[in-house]
This record gives sequence, structure tokens and C-alpha cells, in this order.
Amino acid sequence: MSIEESVLKNDERILFRLRALYRAHGYTQYKMSKFEEYDLYARNKDFLVSDNVITFTDTNGKLMALKPDVTLSIIKNSKDGAGVRKVYYSENVYRVSGTSRAYREIMQTGLECVGEIDDYAITEVLMLAASSLARISPDYVLDISHLDIVSAVIDDLNVDGEARKALLAAVGEKNLHEIAELAQKAGAPAEKTEVLRRLVMLQGAPSTVIPTLQKLLQGKRALDAVNRLSRIVTALCKSGCGEKLRIDFSVINDMSYYNGIVFKGFVNGVPTGVLSGGQYDRLMRKMGKKSDAIGFAVYLDQLERLYEDGAKFDVDAVLLYDKDTDLDTLMQTVEGLTATGESVTAQRAIPEKMRYKRLLRLTESGVKVLEENA
Amino acid sequence: MLNVALPKGRLGEKVYAMFEAAGFECPSIKENNRKLIFENEEAGVRYFWVKPSDVAIYVERGAADIGVAGKDILLEYEPDVYELFDLDIGKCRMAVAAKKDFRDDPQKTLRVATKFSNIARNYYASLGRDIDIIHLNGSIEIAPILGLSDVIVDIVETGTTLKENDLAVQETIVPISARLIANKTSYKFKSEPIEAILRSLSNMAKEQK
Repeated sequence: MSIEESVLKNDERILFRLRALYRAHGYTQYKMSKFEEYDLYARNKDFLVSDNVITFTDTNGKLMALKPDVTLSIIKNSKDGAGVRKVYYSENVYRVSGTSRAYREIMQTGLECVGEIDDYAITEVLMLAASSLARISPDYVLDISHLDIVSAVIDDLNVDGEARKALLAAVGEKNLHEIAELAQKAGAPAEKTEVLRRLVMLQGAPSTVIPTLQKLLQGKRALDAVNRLSRIVTALCKSGCGEKLRIDFSVINDMSYYNGIVFKGFVNGVPTGVLSGGQYDRLMRKMGKKSDAIGFAVYLDQLERLYEDGAKFDVDAVLLYDKDTDLDTLMQTVEGLTATGESVTAQRAIPEKMRYKRLLRLTESGVKVLEENA
Repeated sequence: MLNVALPKGRLGEKVYAMFEAAGFECPSIKENNRKLIFENEEAGVRYFWVKPSDVAIYVERGAADIGVAGKDILLEYEPDVYELFDLDIGKCRMAVAAKKDFRDDPQKTLRVATKFSNIARNYYASLGRDIDIIHLNGSIEIAPILGLSDVIVDIVETGTTLKENDLAVQETIVPISARLIANKTSYKFKSEPIEAILRSLSNMAKEQK
């Protein structure tokens, strides 16, 4: 069966393209039920984008939740073993959306790799993230960061937990003045604070950022991370998505779950990020798994406004008939018109507020054009 | 075209003056009329006046690429934006105020009247204090006088209003000033003009020091 892409809404069209992409790289679809025991989310509240969950009591008295997230369910059901388990999903999730502060149904698609995550696995996931963005719009940017670098630099400041949390938030906002203020208040050494400030200011193409990083940073942990980042982005650049990659340390995912490489994708025209992901070995440990993992999610609800498809008309043609019109002729005329690819609605009177390209009337002598709108 | 949301009022005019000095002028903005949007195609910039508390919303949702908002608004609404620069103007502080002779009785739930519920809640949560928030939209100062609340959490600039109503600052929560904020996507795709503004502003700040 061939499906004409034009009948699909933008988010559906993108969804199909993404599915084809993930399938081609050997990812299998993960289908799950709409509900999950609430307990799973209660234990990992901070991992969720928003901690509000719609709950209800099931017939057996168990407290259930409408899925606010897919990753946790996938991890829960994953088994440690040889090889890397690669799955993709496209599911509706239910959560409070950032700007409206009300529950919304959000179409989300994404993929997860669970197992022994090596350089190849990370590079592949990043390549798929970039390709996903490219299928949404050619005008995209993929920001990549390495949490070990940020965390090594902040550890050097030697500040307490509260200040560390506030500093991380400021890094996420590119808030240089607040970083300076917080570090000073916490009594961090000025030259170390300057390293953090420069790290936050450092952004752009990997080819310019990586050499600067190698000069800026000290210590094995940070430099190991830079080397890994360098190996991976070099491979990515060779695979052809280099132009759109940017190193940006303001990509901060929750460090109690994420570690290593994290990334966020932006598309010109959508005000918030449309793709988000990273390595989340810490979450795996919390859930008692030995395997490592990496994955990302694409938020399709944001894409509705991306394309001005200029649908100025509800229908191509309104075909008017009256009570004396012969039923067979009417049926045949409608068939004939739809066969040309036009959308047609047969009506006795023009429906209120309907916008149409052509207004037709079926008379005994045939179809008459009454009105044409450009 | 770079869209800039400015807060209506005195602060906004000051901010515009800084942007103008930074090379992003738009002469039509000074004409005295009721227009809300002003454009200078040559400089590639479009300004619009919005209610100060709405600037963050315009920027977060991408209707404006950058904007200037008070730290109070950013703390209250916690928008997902980049906070790029402290303009060091519109300075005041977020403070707890009460009647001069107020004694805080820790045995009772503290009744707090405020426009800034989120800030008040976070502040008292950090102290571990149980409070009852009374959200008001204006004339916060009369709440303790009429016995509606024990204390208020509000912006204090000079303290004159407080003094005239026999109130006094008990505690400063956080200093406030105007901040340059940017939409996260715009920052990626319009980085050149945004960074040019940022550079000019920080150079101007350095010169003043």
C-alpha cells in the first residue's frame, strides 16, 4: 500500500520518516501499555521533565499512572546481557508542559541503546540524533556537551552541595554574572572560577572548541572526557553532519541520572529544543542495572507551528445540489471530481464559514462553476 | 531581523538608550505615539514594548529573540531562557517586610502576602518554615496593616512606601536588577547580532567602571 505523504499532518510525516531511519539502523520498535505503576515514577521523580503525573486507582487497588515518560519503562524491562539492545518508540506521554503549566498529551518518539556503550554506540546515537533533526528541518543545530568536563571543573571549585546545584543551574542559563557571584560567595578560588566562566563562554564548532579545551583544562578526568568527545565528534564530522554540531556546555541534564555525553537539538523556528538526550548510566545503577545506556527523545508536539503550509481552504470544491438532483448523477459527479485529486464536499447549502477554492452547482446540463477563489 | 522585547516604562527607556549606544538604534521609537512596534530595517532590529512581567513569556516562546526583564520576574516565572547579562540598572531588592514592631512567632504558621508566590515559597522552603501564601496583585503594603498577613514579600526600592505605612524591612531575600535574556533557539540561529549586543553592553559596563 502506498501512502500519499500529503494527507499526513507534519508531525505524522516526520514520525514516519524517523521510524524508517531508526529501523534502517537495526532498532526495533518498543510498544508499551499506556499505564505504568505510579511507584516507578515516584522513585525517580527528578528524572522526569515535570514531576506532575496523572494517577488513578486501578480495579485491583493499585495506584497507576498515565505514562509521563517512556525511558523509565524501557529500563525497567531491560535485562543485563551481551550485546547492545537497540529500541525505538513513538508514544503519547502525559505531562505538564513547560509554558502552559497544564497537563498535555505529547507525542514523543525516540530511541534507547542499552548494554555495553562504546564509542561506536555513542557516535551512532549522535548521528541518528543529527539525522532526526535533519528530517525535521535542514536548518538545525545539535549542541553537545560532556558532563564529566563540567563536573570536573565545578568539583575544582570545592563548594558545598547547595552552591554546586545553583552553579549548575547558572551554567545552564549561560549566566556568567551569577556564576561569578555564587563562586565568590562560596569562597571558590578566583582562577578556578575563571576556568568555569571560560568553559561556559566556549561554544561553537568542535574544530575550534576542542583545541581550546585541551589548553584550558587540567586533570585526568577532564582531559579523558575531552579526548572521548574529540574522538566522537571527529567521527561525526567525517560522517557529514559536522557543520551542524556545536559544543556547548550549557546543555545540563540532571547529573544524578546523566553522565558523559549529553546533547540537545534545536530547529530554527521552534522556540524550545525539540530533541534531548544523553548517557544515563547513573539512572541504570539507581534502577539496579549493570548495563550502560544512551538515548534521546524527539518532542513532536513542538513541530505543529514549524511549517506554514498555507492551508487557506477547508476543501477544494463545494458541489451544490438540490432535492430534485438525481442521486446516481450526484454520486458519479462526486466520484469524477475526487478522481482528479480534488477534495469535494457535496452540500445542499454552503456550510457557514467554509473556505473553498471553487463553488460548483450540479444542474441538469452538468456542472457549472459559480465562483472561483485563488 | 532581531526581535527585542522591552519592558514598558522608565526602565525600558533606559534599556533602549543602552541598546542605541550599542549601535542598534531605531529613531522612530522616540516619536510620541501609541505604536507598540518599531523597526529599523537597516540595523536589522525590531523593538516592541510589552508589560514588564510579560517580557519573559515573549522571549521563552520565541516571539522575541531577546528581551530585558527584572530578576524578580525571572525568579518568579523561571522561564527556560539564557540569562546573558546583568545590565546593572533598575536595581532594588526582594525583601520581607512587616510592621515595625513585628515579632516572628515560630509556633504559628506565617501568613505571607505577596505578588511573588513562587519566590516566597522557595525562600521559606529553604528556611524550612511553614507558611500560608496570600496572593495579592497590588497594594501589598496594606495587608499587614489590616491584619490580613503577618509579613509581605515584595520589591523594595527606596523603602519610602514602607516607611510611610509604618513597615520595615525584616530580611533581604535577593538583590534585583535588569537582565538581558535570550530565547534558546534564537541564540543558536541569530547568534551574531545577539553576541554583538552582548559585547557592546559588556564593553560599556567596563568603561563605566
